[in-house]
Amino acid sequence: MDTKKKTLFGGNMRQNGMIIALLAVICFFGIATKGMIFRPLNISNIFMQNSYLIFLSLGMFFCVLTGNVDLSVGSVVGVSGALLGAMIVQNHVPTWIAVTVTLVVGLLIGAFQGAFIAFLSIPPFIVTLAGMLMFRGLTQYILQGQSLSPFTNSFQYFASGFLFPQLKVGGLNVICLIVLAVASIAVILREMSARKKRISYGFEVPSMGVTAAKLAGIIFVMGFVLIMLAKYRGMPFVLVVLIIVTLIYNFIAQKTSVGRHVYAVGGNRLAAQMSGVKTKWVMFIVYVNCALLATVAGIVVTGRLNVATAKAGNSYELDAIAACYIGGCAAAGGSGTIMGTIVGAAIMAILNNGMSIMGISTDIQQVIKGLILLLAVTFDLTSKSKSKS
Amino acid sequence: MSDYILETKNIVKRFGNVTALKNISLKVRRGEIHVLCGENGAGKSTLMNVVSGVYPYGSFEGSFYYNGEECRFTSTRDSKDKNIAIIHQHLALIQPLSIAENIFMGREIKKHGVIDWEATRSEAKKYMEQVGLHESPDTLIKDIGVGKQQLVEICKAISCDVKLLILDEPTAALNETESEMLLNLVLEFKKQGITSILISHKLREVMRVCDTITIIRDGETIETLEKGRDEISEERIIKSMVGRELTNLYPPRTPNIGEVGFSIKNWTVYDPLNSEKQKLKNISINARKGEILGIAGLMGAGRTELAMSVFGHMYGTNITGTVEKDGVAIDTKTVSNAIRHRLAYVSEDRHIYGFISGQSIKNNVTLPSLPRFVKKGAIDENMEIAATDEYRRKLNIKSVDAEQNVSNLSGGNQQKVILSKWLLSDADVFILDEPTRGIDVGAKYEIYQVMNDMVAKGKIVIFISSDMPELLGMCDRVYVINDGRVCGELNRSEITQENIMGCIMKNGREG
Repeated sequence: MDTKKKTLFGGNMRQNGMIIALLAVICFFGIATKGMIFRPLNISNIFMQNSYLIFLSLGMFFCVLTGNVDLSVGSVVGVSGALLGAMIVQNHVPTWIAVTVTLVVGLLIGAFQGAFIAFLSIPPFIVTLAGMLMFRGLTQYILQGQSLSPFTNSFQYFASGFLFPQLKVGGLNVICLIVLAVASIAVILREMSARKKRISYGFEVPSMGVTAAKLAGIIFVMGFVLIMLAKYRGMPFVLVVLIIVTLIYNFIAQKTSVGRHVYAVGGNRLAAQMSGVKTKWVMFIVYVNCALLATVAGIVVTGRLNVATAKAGNSYELDAIAACYIGGCAAAGGSGTIMGTIVGAAIMAILNNGMSIMGISTDIQQVIKGLILLLAVTFDLTSKSKSKS
Repeated sequence: MSDYILETKNIVKRFGNVTALKNISLKVRRGEIHVLCGENGAGKSTLMNVVSGVYPYGSFEGSFYYNGEECRFTSTRDSKDKNIAIIHQHLALIQPLSIAENIFMGREIKKHGVIDWEATRSEAKKYMEQVGLHESPDTLIKDIGVGKQQLVEICKAISCDVKLLILDEPTAALNETESEMLLNLVLEFKKQGITSILISHKLREVMRVCDTITIIRDGETIETLEKGRDEISEERIIKSMVGRELTNLYPPRTPNIGEVGFSIKNWTVYDPLNSEKQKLKNISINARKGEILGIAGLMGAGRTELAMSVFGHMYGTNITGTVEKDGVAIDTKTVSNAIRHRLAYVSEDRHIYGFISGQSIKNNVTLPSLPRFVKKGAIDENMEIAATDEYRRKLNIKSVDAEQNVSNLSGGNQQKVILSKWLLSDADVFILDEPTRGIDVGAKYEIYQVMNDMVAKGKIVIFISSDMPELLGMCDRVYVINDGRVCGELNRSEITQENIMGCIMKNGREG
C-alpha cells in the first residue's frame, strides 16, 4: 500500500514531507503578505534573485552526497565576480571571452581543491576551508577595495534578461505559453512511457487515477508559475538555463553510472572501491563540478547586481548547504535527490522573498532561516527514526 | 527470591508491519549459562535489546521479570542499575582511547571531581587480570585485536558488579583459541555466581558450556533443552532452529575438475604500516576450473591479506609476483582491472567492504556491472530490477522487493546480496573470505549451495575459512597458510583437522 504513496511523488516519504513543507511555507507567506508573493512581478523576481542558490545547491548536492561539504563556493562566487569585473569593466574584454575564462578558472579551482581532496586524501572540510580563505583574499586583492561597474548589456542579459519579452498575445507572453505546452506534453509522455515500460517488465504500477492526479498536480503548478511569468515580462533567460542544467544534473544523479557511483561512495566508500568504483576520481569530479557551478553562480550574481564587490558571495556556501539538508540529503552522505535539493532551495528562496516583503529585518530573517533549517532536519530525522522502530 | 533471575512472558515486539517477536517466553535460572539459538532474524538480538532496555517499556507488549520483579526499563541505564550487562555483536568501545578509559567510560573514578588516573589504572589492571588480558591499561583499543577487545568489554561488565551477563555472538570474530578462552571465562563466572545468556551460532562450543538451550524461530520460543534432562545434539538443535531436518550440513557435489585456471606466483607483499616487514612471503598457489580451493590458517596468518593484495592491490605495499588467469599474466593493480579480468572478492567484513548500507538491494547488486545496464547513456532501472529479482529468487534472499534497503536485511541475506553482486558481474574466479561468518545454519547451507553451483559451471572458488569442518565439508584441495607462507597443500582425502593443524604446527616450529 506504500507503493502508491511512493510513486505519487516519485520519491520516498522523506521528499514527500519536504514538498508538504514547501507548500506550507508558500501558503503561510501567501496569507501573511496578503497574496503579494503571488504577483507576476514577484514570481519573476523569486527566480531571478535566487537562481544563484540553485546553481550552488546543484554543485553542493554532490559534495553532500559524498558525506562532505564545499565551504569555498561563496568565495569562488566572489573571485569570479572580481575576475569578470577586472576583464569586462576595467579592460573591456569581450563578454564571451571573459565568461569563458571565468569558467575555465572555475575548473582550475575545482581541480586544485579536488586534487588535494581526492589524490592526497586531505579532508574536504579543511581543503575547502583553506579555499574559502584564499579565494576571498584573492577577490579583495583583485578588486583593490573598489566596486567595479557597470557591466555590458550582453553580460547582464544572462542574469536579468527575458526571452522575447515583447511577444505577447492577450497580455500573455507567447514563449511562456509554448514552454508550458511543451513541458506539459513532455511530462505526460514521460510518465506514460515509464508506466508502459514497467508494465512490460511485469512490475506493479499505480492506478490510472493516481497517475492522473500526480500529472494534474505537476501541470497545475507549472501552469500557475508560467502564466504569472507570462503576465509579466516572460521567460527569464536564466530560468531557461536553470531548468536545463537541473534536468541534466537530475539525469546524471539518477540515470548514469557516474551518479550511481557518487551515491555508492557516499554510502560506503570502501565497499564502493571494492566493487570497482574509482573512488578517487569520483571525489575529484564532484569537487571540480562544484567549483564550476560556483563560477556559474558568480556570473549570475555579478550580472544581476551589475557590480563586482569584495563581499559578493559571502556565506553563500551556508545557504547552499542548508538547501541540501532541508531538501532531505543525509549529512552522513549516500542519500538525497536533486529534486529534493531544489525543493530545499525553493524553501530558502520563498523564505527570503516572503520575509523581505513582510518587511522583516535581515537579522531576524537569519534567525528564522536558522530555525527552519533546524526544524526541518529535526522533523526529518525524528520521523525517519520513528518509521524505523 | 524466585529461582529465575530472568523471566519473560509473552513478549511481542513489532517494527512497523513486521513482527520480530511473536510470543517469547524465556526462563533463565540463577547461576546458569543459558544459550539462545536461532537463525539470523529469528529475534534473539531483539529479545536481548528488550531485556537490556534498548527498547523502552511500552514499545513492546508483554512483560519480563528480573529476580521476580517486573521490569519497566526506560533506557539501558535502568538495566545497568540492576547489574545486567549486554555485550553486543559489534563492540561498543572507543577505538582511540585506552583500555582503562574504556572500562570506566561513563563511571570515571574521580577525586575532588578530577579523574584519578592512578586509581583508574590499578582498578583496570585488577579486572584485566581477572579475565586474563595481559596488556598495559594504557594500550589503545585500536592497537589490540578483536579477541582482546571482547575481553575489555567483559572487564567493563564485571567492573559494574554484573549479575546477568548477555553476550551476543561473542565468538563470531574470534579464532579457536580465543573462543576457547572466552568460554572458559564464562564458565569461571558461573562459579562466581554470575548468570550468562549466550547467543551463538557455533553449536559445538555452545554445547560444551551450556546448562540450558532455548531455541527461537521466527520470533517464537520453540523449545528449551536442559543439560542432563534432554538429549542435546547438534542435529536436534538445528532441527528446531530451521523447523526441518538438515540431514547434511554440506550439500553434496560431484567434483568435475578441469585444468588450472588461476594461479598466483611468487607473491610477496610488505606490510603497509611497516614497509620493512614481509607480510606474505613468496606465495605460489594455483586453482583449477570447477574446484573449490580452501585456504586454511590461523587468524593473522595472511589469508585475507593475500586475497586483498591480489584483488586490486587493496592491501600491502611493494607487491611483487604475478597473477595468471588461463595461463596468461593479468594486471590486477586496481579493483576495476581485477573485475575486468573477472575476479571477484567477498570480504570477511561485509559491513566495511561488502555492501553499501542505506541503499537498495538493486543498487548494491548492479554496482560492478553498471555499464551493462546503460542503454543510450541512461541506466535502465527496470532492467536492473529484473536482474536483481532474478538473483533474489535464485539465492532465496528474504526481502520485500529489489528496492529494499540492504541495512534492513539479516546478515545471511546481506551476504547473499554480495554474492549476487559478483554472480551478476559474471566473474570466473570467486575469492570468498569467511563467507559464512556470523550466519545461521540454514543460510550457510544456501551459501554452500551457491558455491557448488559456481563450480558446477566451471568457475573457480577460492574459499578462505577459519571454520575447519566447513573446509573439510566443502573443499577439493586446501592450502594451509601460516605466517605469510604456504606451509602445506592437502588433497581431498588428506583434508582433516589434524593434518591442517599439523602443517601449522610444523611451520611454527621451523619458522
